[in-house]
Amino acid sequence: MPITETHEIHHRRLGRNLGVALCLAGFVGLSFFLTISKLRNGGTIEGFDYVPQPEFTVGEGSE
Amino acid sequence: MSDFAANTQTQEAQFGDYVALLKPRVMSLVVFTALVGLLVAPVGVPPVVGIAAILFIALGGGASGALNMWYDADIDRVMKRTQGRPIPAGKVTPGEALSLGLWLSGFSVVMLGLAANLFAAAFLAFTIFFYVVIYTMWLKRWTPQNIVIGGAAGAFPPMIGWAVATGGVSIESILMFGLIFVWTPPHFWALALFMNSDYDKAAVPMLTVTHGRPHTRRMILVYTLALVPLALGLGLTSIGGPVYLAVSAVLNLAFLRGAWTIWKRDEDAAAADHYAVEKKVFRLSLLYLFLHFGALLAEAGLRQLNMGGW
Repeated sequence: MPITETHEIHHRRLGRNLGVALCLAGFVGLSFFLTISKLRNGGTIEGFDYVPQPEFTVGEGSE
Repeated sequence: MSDFAANTQTQEAQFGDYVALLKPRVMSLVVFTALVGLLVAPVGVPPVVGIAAILFIALGGGASGALNMWYDADIDRVMKRTQGRPIPAGKVTPGEALSLGLWLSGFSVVMLGLAANLFAAAFLAFTIFFYVVIYTMWLKRWTPQNIVIGGAAGAFPPMIGWAVATGGVSIESILMFGLIFVWTPPHFWALALFMNSDYDKAAVPMLTVTHGRPHTRRMILVYTLALVPLALGLGLTSIGGPVYLAVSAVLNLAFLRGAWTIWKRDEDAAAADHYAVEKKVFRLSLLYLFLHFGALLAEAGLRQLNMGGW
């Protein structure tokens, strides 16, 4: 059931809720840019797609 | 709408009250010294990693502040200086402060480990442990040396900043630690000389109360004398340079002169001019630390231009 009525507490807690929302948004942004920065600076990433990956193939005659 | 009755108290905790639990003023010192530790290190870090690391170090410091306020709520209620803190003011419950402190501690340590390295994260965890358990729970109410040993907690941030960049410890980072560590007692005791009635009431052992004020005046001078070689010695390491050494020499002379005057004065003279000298030395001590780390930063900036350092 959707909340159709607002209560006085929603106004009272607006500041808190906005603060938490901003913190979470900031954290998401920080995590994103941290990831980009780590990858740009030599972090390794494996793309498991259709590109052949030599380290997973067994060399011929190396049984 | 009686189902929200439990939440209708007038003292609703606002977002700012939770921020106040993290001791933002202490946090600003942590941010500044950790940032200097990070920037003067010989190894650079990507800007985003640096910003994230400083943020998580600050958050860890804030978490230990919240845990400190949770544990010390009983004495905070008694002292005038701390009565307005969120728990004694009735805005935040002790349980909320405890859980905020614990969650933020874990979060900041894990995130610092991911953003920087495990050594820096372990160092941050140790700093929180040291401040909350060793200082707040154990030493603060037990010994008048509380300030001396507790000062170590405030001295770790530049070492953590250095560890973020280098992943280790070195003579430079130990001397930065030493500078804050030995600076804390004279800084705090100068404050205690002109406002100690608070600690009396809360039964926190303060040197001014347990060993008397003349002894405190002597100890201010003793620690200032110990501080001088540390501050100047830092200038001879790889992160120092002529600019730092010149700034440090002036500041140390001024601080020494102040400590000497405090030692020479008796209580009657101090009461006569409302502790003017003690207040001046306290303000000077703040400037002393700020300018020392500012000078280290200046040297790092000059080195970028091939001008600073030795």
